[in-house]
Amino acid sequence: MDNYVVEVKGVNKVYGKTIKTVALHNLNLGFKTGSFNAIIGESGSGKSTLLNILGTLDRPTKGDVIINGISTKNMTKGRLSDLRNETLGFVFQFHYLLPEFTALENVLMPYRIANGKADKKSRDRAREILNLVGLEKVENNLATNMSGGQQQRTAIARALMNQPKIILADEPTGNLDSQTTDSIYQLFRKINQELGTTFIVITHDRRVAEKADRIVEILDGRISLDIVK
Amino acid sequence: MKLAFEIALRFLKSSKGQTTLIVLGIAIGVSVQIFIGSLITGLQKSLVDKTVGSAPQITVSPQEDGAYILDSQAEAKTINAANPEEIKNLVAVTQGPAILNTSDESATILLRGFDWEAAQGIYKISDRIIKGALATNDNEIIMGEDLSKKLSLSVGDTIELITPARKTGKFLITGIFDLQVKSLNESWILSNDRAVQTFLETGEGVSQIEMQVNDVFAADEVAGDIKKRLNDDALVVTNWKEENAALLSGLSGQTASSLMIQVFVMISVVLGIASVLAISVVQKSKQIGILKAMGMHNPKASLVFLLQGFLLGVLGAFVGVGLGISLSWSFSTFVTNPDGSSLVPFFIDWSFIGISAGIAVAASTLAALIPAIRVSRLDPMEVIKNG
Repeated sequence: MDNYVVEVKGVNKVYGKTIKTVALHNLNLGFKTGSFNAIIGESGSGKSTLLNILGTLDRPTKGDVIINGISTKNMTKGRLSDLRNETLGFVFQFHYLLPEFTALENVLMPYRIANGKADKKSRDRAREILNLVGLEKVENNLATNMSGGQQQRTAIARALMNQPKIILADEPTGNLDSQTTDSIYQLFRKINQELGTTFIVITHDRRVAEKADRIVEILDGRISLDIVK
Repeated sequence: MKLAFEIALRFLKSSKGQTTLIVLGIAIGVSVQIFIGSLITGLQKSLVDKTVGSAPQITVSPQEDGAYILDSQAEAKTINAANPEEIKNLVAVTQGPAILNTSDESATILLRGFDWEAAQGIYKISDRIIKGALATNDNEIIMGEDLSKKLSLSVGDTIELITPARKTGKFLITGIFDLQVKSLNESWILSNDRAVQTFLETGEGVSQIEMQVNDVFAADEVAGDIKKRLNDDALVVTNWKEENAALLSGLSGQTASSLMIQVFVMISVVLGIASVLAISVVQKSKQIGILKAMGMHNPKASLVFLLQGFLLGVLGAFVGVGLGISLSWSFSTFVTNPDGSSLVPFFIDWSFIGISAGIAVAASTLAALIPAIRVSRLDPMEVIKNG
């Protein structure tokens, strides 16, 4: 048994009831702890569906998702929520920051969902992470008063707040210019190396994918390529 | 709870225009409720006060016509003991019909005698004397304004009264009163108890014992207490409510219609809040989606919206109470009778206002239930998929 932090076993995903569209075909895939993985593929290939299933946001039609060695098949919605809160960090193409809150408050959000109140220790940690992503100067800005790059970096900082084992990122730089893109991937790599966080990143930028430890290509809901460097 | 409260507060703050509109909606609803409620209650209070405020509300009299209550002091004590907290202004009245003769006219009148001091509670005679003074000696009377005008009599004149038993007596008019009820002003002739008892030859007996109660609407219950306490079939206890059934049914009709108005105002407020919060769920679906993706449980996400409803309710009720009270005050201050007195007296019932505010808060929270259920059904996937 390999040392997988997250694994899908025989996962099928079918959309629609009358007209059935199969998004994923009997997928078996595992990701090692501390690895940096890229998932590539055309639009509509099923890569986002896979990521959402990995992140327990979506449930597979058939098969199982095992996170940290625990099957998620029979977990209740509440238990899945707790699992996401403790183990997973999400970064999407859109930042999804709460515009009513400042950068610091947004970063603290996952902690507060679990613990209610933010203590001094958690605040210090949030500041530390903002420092890591280079946003210490705008920590008290409302999410709406930041540039696109700053917003995305805040979203990354938020994903790191609860020290997750896995970061799932779906085209995290899709809306950013190439310079910002580079700095974000450098940041990902830095976090991966310093904190040992597992990264699973969807991208269609081959240049980005080439820097990963492993590249998985999805085509029509099947794995068409799996390269481990 | 604290996080949900903070998010609710931020959501409300972030869309100030929308929040102001709902708060104003609730506030107007609450203020209309308070205004109409206070208006109706004030109106009813003043109406009841005008009708029975200066009249006996409970009367104890002998069953048999022309009979008298012999030991009125003992009976009065028993009556008072029946419900000492409610009963007030007890007065024993000796009365009988008589014919008043002047040199060229005659009229049928009711001669009533009571202890001036005791009668002050109900009739406030000394305040209502418009000419002359109270009749304190035997063979002195005071008469109503209308009667004195009709018969062209005034203070200092002497009249002759004839009882049904054909006893005659001469009386000096010492004063003219105005009880502000024409029928009484036309027919009543008043004197002190001793004078009337002597003239009507009742001895120590009195015709009836009259009284008022603190809560006029409890008059029937108090009358029941008295009847039980007296336990005397020779005495009849009547109260104003049974004699004013038409007025009472008018009042309860008014109460029912005001209640209907209030209910419909509340329903429209609830619908308003529910619809605005439903829109807000759509507006905030991204935030809710990501909060859920980050691990917020469904009940907590719903709580954010319930708390928004609650906060809106509290804020709206607060503003509404202020608005309602100032509306009622302006109405009673600026809408006046020709003589300058207010058409409807300013009346504040804090418990009613408290209930209105409480209902508004409860209704607002309840209105947020539908959006809250929508929130709990919102799938974070939908938000993330559609960007």
